Amino acid sequence: MRATNSVLATALSLALLSINSAAMELRGNVAGQYRGFFEQGAFPGQDQQHQGSISAEPELYWEWNDGIDSITFTPFARADSMDSERTHADIRELKWLHLADEYELEIGIAKVFWGVTETQHLVDVINQTDFIESPDGDEKLGQPMLHFNTYQDSGIWDVFILPGFRERTFAGVDGRFRPPLPVDQDNAQYESGAKDKHVDLALRWAQTFGDWDVGTAYFRGTNRDPLLIASADGTKLTPYYEQMDQLGVDLQATIGDWLWKFEGLYRNTSSNSYTAAVGGYEYTLVGLFDSIADLGLLTEYNWNSDGKEATSTFQNDLYLGARLVLNDAQSTEFLLGGAIDLDYNTNVVTLEASRRFGENWKGELDLWYIDADDLADPTYAFSKDSFVQVNMAYFF
Amino acid sequence: MQQHFNKKPLSMWLNRAAVICISLLFSQQALAETAEEKGLRIAQERKAFDLGWVDSKADTEMVLYNAQGDKSTRSIRIQSLEVEGDGDKALSVFDHPADVKGTAFLSFSHALEPDEQWLYLPALKRVKRIGSRNKSGPYMGSEFAFEDLSSFEVEKYTYTYLRDETIAGFDSYVIENVPVDKYSGYTKQITWMDKEAYRVHKVEFYDRKGQLLKTLTMSDYQVYADKHWRPSKMLMVNHQTDKKTEMFWNNYQFKTGVKESDFNKSKLKRAR
Repeated sequence: MRATNSVLATALSLALLSINSAAMELRGNVAGQYRGFFEQGAFPGQDQQHQGSISAEPELYWEWNDGIDSITFTPFARADSMDSERTHADIRELKWLHLADEYELEIGIAKVFWGVTETQHLVDVINQTDFIESPDGDEKLGQPMLHFNTYQDSGIWDVFILPGFRERTFAGVDGRFRPPLPVDQDNAQYESGAKDKHVDLALRWAQTFGDWDVGTAYFRGTNRDPLLIASADGTKLTPYYEQMDQLGVDLQATIGDWLWKFEGLYRNTSSNSYTAAVGGYEYTLVGLFDSIADLGLLTEYNWNSDGKEATSTFQNDLYLGARLVLNDAQSTEFLLGGAIDLDYNTNVVTLEASRRFGENWKGELDLWYIDADDLADPTYAFSKDSFVQVNMAYFF
Repeated sequence: MQQHFNKKPLSMWLNRAAVICISLLFSQQALAETAEEKGLRIAQERKAFDLGWVDSKADTEMVLYNAQGDKSTRSIRIQSLEVEGDGDKALSVFDHPADVKGTAFLSFSHALEPDEQWLYLPALKRVKRIGSRNKSGPYMGSEFAFEDLSSFEVEKYTYTYLRDETIAGFDSYVIENVPVDKYSGYTKQITWMDKEAYRVHKVEFYDRKGQLLKTLTMSDYQVYADKHWRPSKMLMVNHQTDKKTEMFWNNYQFKTGVKESDFNKSKLKRAR
């Protein structure tokens, strides 16, 4: 990883030197965040209920050759009052992008998103989850890559060579949304002898057929989802990263007011092989009650062939949601959702609201209510982590 | 701006001449023409008059005013591709407000089929296919609906010629357009369009209950490539909410050399 990074750094500094009259552009945001937990956590160390933090994510962009070549640098950092592990920094992007007529080439640290569903991002496998940022798994770490993309009549083709692996972030002893035992993040174990220097490969094809958007991808390399193995003395958990082969598919049919969505995968590791799927719809009531607001009704079902043995918490779960978009000048939106675990007596209710204030501020309110009383459910570890979060970001 | 109206380039005269020739050829029918036939003929002439612009680029700025006069702004760069026999393709990139900077919107509009639309969300690096039945919904929180900004296609409406009237100093046709699409937010639009170059100067939009909802005024027309007239300023006033939106079109460029392959969801991620 370190060797890979130094190679990347050298390549990028050479590219930087070659910029003569490059135009530089800066954008991004700084934000303050408050989280209030309704009760003390379930485990020793989790006695605080107020968590404050500040974050910054600037994006620097240079382009030359009329934009055919560009460099994007997006560092990210957060300082957190409660959890020292959540005080962290990452390079989300540091990449050179070359746009030729027939292809695109991206070299460096970058982010890639695959998939269509809302409840979980099942097939999205290139970037590691920055789990400490957000328990919904939406935040990702930068991934070193060589990414080739071409647009042909047969579809959009992507080839990824991924030198170097990023470990998942976990909360520290004081932090919330952690397993019962602290995760020993400094001593991750790997199946591959190359450890975090294993070079992963991925290939993706995507195409649009009228109302249908279809994608399929094959990935071979280090599983982004670690197994957490308890130490012999029972004081900590050690992440163990296996090698895996994964075939994933994602589809969306956009038919009138209906969006039909499906993601499925087959994953094979040396300890296990399973299939998993998530599918459902979003139905939009456009111009609700003769207003300019839209109401989207979402239903998704999550399934895993391992059932209760699954390492994922989405093994037999139903999600029902309602998205209210006011279409006003402040872009006000609400998403109220309920995830019901059909195997365990677990319900998670979430509310996400956001709007713009003035020209540069955006406020977000998040509420998570977690109701879990079955010890066998992995979500039980978060049963005392219900919280309300306010995030105020200044964009420039 | 006014000098543009007085300057009548040769190609425009040729266009007019062609239209007059066609009109003369069909003069027998023209005499017996119903109001519906005349409305349709004028719509066809309008479309034919502007054909051949190939592609365009423009920087737009929207100023949104609420009933109290508070304003907020939007900056959007719009790139369009003319598609013969179908609706146009358009790629819009949002520059302002800052929280949506880098968001890009790709649409393939169609005359009768639902439009195809994709949205790129830069924070998540996610491209989302979105439903197109929201055409009656506000564009970026403004008083413009998506359908107000989509390309003019003859098949989108049925027409009735109402009368001649002078507007903004121009001898104009007044035509009623009734949207064919049942998902349109309007029951009808009354359009004032001059006879000289088929420039639309005013549109009244009637809501689903048949009440006057909005009035669009287009002004400061400029001509590009001696042939293609585009308004530099649009003003949309909502009579039911007293909100209004001004939209300014700057730095128009035509025939910039963009290719059809530049309008796909893969390129959407690279739009800046």
